[in-house]
Amino acid sequence: MADEDKREVDAYSGVDTTGHEWDGIKELDNPLPRWWLWIFYASIAWAVVYMVFMPAVPAPPGFDGHTRGLRDHSERANVAQAMNDLQAQRGPLFDRLQQAADTGGIEAIENDPELLNFALAAGESAFGDNCSTCHGRGAQGAIGYPNLNDDVWLWGGSFEAIRQTLHVGIRWEDNPDTRFSQMPAYGRDGILSREEISAVADHVMALADMIEPTEAGNTTGREIFELQCSACHGVNGLGDQTQGAPNLTDRVWLYGSDEAQIENTIWRGPYGVMPAWEDRLGEETITALAAYVYLLGGGERSAFSEAALDGAHQASEAGR
Amino acid sequence: MELIRQKPGEDRKVLGQAAEGVEVHDAEAVNDASRRELYKKREPIHPKAVHGKFRTAKWVFMALALGAYYLIPFIRWDRGPGQPDQAVLVDFADARFYFFFIELWPQEVYYITGLLILAALLLFLVTALFGRVWCGYACPQTVWTDLFIAVERLFEGDRNKRIKLDRAPWSADKAWRKIGKHAVWLLIAGATGGAWILYFHDAYAVLNNFVTGQAALTSYVFFAVLTFTTYTLAGTMREQVCTYMCPWPRIQGALIDEEALQVTYKWDRGEPRGRHKKGESWEGRGDCIDCKACVAACPMGIDIREGAQLECINCALCIDACDEIMIKVDRPKGLIGYDTDKNVKARSEGGTGSFTFLRARTVLYAVLIAGIGALMLYGLFSRAELSLDAWRDRNPNYVILSDGTVRNGYTLTVVNKASEPREVELSLESDPLMRLRVLGNQDGDLTLTLAPDATNDFRLYLSLPPEGVDAASEPIAFIVTDVETGETARTDSVFQTGEMR
Repeated sequence: MADEDKREVDAYSGVDTTGHEWDGIKELDNPLPRWWLWIFYASIAWAVVYMVFMPAVPAPPGFDGHTRGLRDHSERANVAQAMNDLQAQRGPLFDRLQQAADTGGIEAIENDPELLNFALAAGESAFGDNCSTCHGRGAQGAIGYPNLNDDVWLWGGSFEAIRQTLHVGIRWEDNPDTRFSQMPAYGRDGILSREEISAVADHVMALADMIEPTEAGNTTGREIFELQCSACHGVNGLGDQTQGAPNLTDRVWLYGSDEAQIENTIWRGPYGVMPAWEDRLGEETITALAAYVYLLGGGERSAFSEAALDGAHQASEAGR
Repeated sequence: MELIRQKPGEDRKVLGQAAEGVEVHDAEAVNDASRRELYKKREPIHPKAVHGKFRTAKWVFMALALGAYYLIPFIRWDRGPGQPDQAVLVDFADARFYFFFIELWPQEVYYITGLLILAALLLFLVTALFGRVWCGYACPQTVWTDLFIAVERLFEGDRNKRIKLDRAPWSADKAWRKIGKHAVWLLIAGATGGAWILYFHDAYAVLNNFVTGQAALTSYVFFAVLTFTTYTLAGTMREQVCTYMCPWPRIQGALIDEEALQVTYKWDRGEPRGRHKKGESWEGRGDCIDCKACVAACPMGIDIREGAQLECINCALCIDACDEIMIKVDRPKGLIGYDTDKNVKARSEGGTGSFTFLRARTVLYAVLIAGIGALMLYGLFSRAELSLDAWRDRNPNYVILSDGTVRNGYTLTVVNKASEPREVELSLESDPLMRLRVLGNQDGDLTLTLAPDATNDFRLYLSLPPEGVDAASEPIAFIVTDVETGETARTDSVFQTGEMR
């Protein structure tokens, strides 16, 4: 395209043209600005320096790897080093956390502000990596996946019980000590008819004060409940944490609280599973997770009460 | 000061006399807009030394400005134990800015915004009154370039010596002068970069660490960058920075009006210009003898007689240069001087000039400066040392407990700007049925211990029994009260009940 013969001096600017021409439009051969040129040369020099010192040239086809450069720089090695440094930095705090949990329980963690902040941060991070898939980022749960913020605990809500549940899992058959219980699939397995299930559901909802007692609920429902359900849930439906049987009279419903959802739960018999984490996570991570979950606000403590009130609030409490 | 004394007439192209005892300077306005081309190599400018009141003023101002820059980091200011005792310190590591009695946190960066607005308005005001005095006297580019030119003069002599030296072939004499000049330039540049880092760490400590190779990498990087920029901008680029790189000439050009004082060639008095012969009458001709002393003195390489122009930084050196000549030819001083375009025009039409400080725009600028300054001072002196924010959990938005109680979680961020720890009592403005619990505290204990000079986070749980729920969202407020001083701070928030609207 460049045509030396066509180079000429542009009459208007007095600058050479390149000899290129497109439909009568010619291109001036202005020199590059000097500052630009110097930066360009400096960039070339920098590229050469970079190639000498840093990994730069890939191996030819058929070979693996690349030139390593004089600095032998490796981002992978840097990451590994950073991870090791992080472990070394956190190690002492994890040790303290573990020791506090083993000797003084959750109170020992709560009473040490530094340990408390560390447990919350470490627990939140581990929760996000391992637990949030089912329980949600804020541990808010979903249908079939318990909300861990509330004060309802199927297998116990003390710090130790939460730790144990994390260790062995729930209905995790690979672990011999796993938390286990099973509610029959009353409908699917043909134990109860649809009408009978409906009557039991009526009775359960009446127990929870959600509906007025019905005729069917009071007769067939109550009879079946006492025969089939009360062994685990109790005659009054208050549940049993040793068997993972939920309290049916409270306001929290893992599988939904409307009539169709309750009937469906009885029909199919829920079988919620949580992995045993002792094979996957280190002891200190489980401790941090247990503390985090406990401290989400619903942990159970014998002397625990949420009544932390100023005078006015106490007065109104007394008046209730 | 000067190592080389200029001998009169030595190695000078003889251009003749502009007037008796005044030779015409071999000077051209090489940086004039009409002569500049983007692709052309820079034509070096060799400003001639001048003496006079403006030159003296500039020496004094340079000494003050450089003195302040180099010495301020070493001024101490006692802030009590555990606090830095450097008067002016930008502490990035601990995210604090200290200026004598003022301590600012990153979230108070609006003070910097306010300062920048004030600085801009001050510049507007000063420009409306006195033109580009910032460029001429205070701009670091001008101050350091002026210093570098003085060093150049020290080693290579004044203008004509320097021109001759540049043209001369290399010799031992030329080599030591050039090497000496660049060495001193590098020393000054290094000191410039070195002083910069003193503002970001304890000056004495970082100076020691810097010399012993223990300072942070950033210190060395900034030292290197500022040494490089000082050396190149003040040593080799000079007027090109102002002419090509700097936005100020463009902005200031828009701020100057015909009533602003500027360095002005008074053409009403100077024209028609021409050489003056001995004994010739001054009647019927201008006072300018076209000796080009003003051009020779100009560090920007322009001719002030072309009028106000983008390249002129108003350094006023041409005033001194011209005044020297006017004394020699026995004419009144001030052919070049601070004047307004309006005055020059008025005199050329037979009127008289005047200058007034009070004009609509100067009054407006002054009022704005006073207003914003007062606002900032008020903000500074009423600045709270205790503040708090409540961040309500969004995930989950609310939690229903087994008995139907609704619970919301909050992270309370309490900022204690005092330099000593303190205890505050947390209280709540809300539905009286609400219960408050602080994670890590015993039940009922609402005392929060705040670390000094720090942001303190607390986890709170707020619960409302079902009988108290009567709206989807209930307004609440958290209040903290200092147990000793009674200082309080509050923040408004809401409580989500989960009720459908």
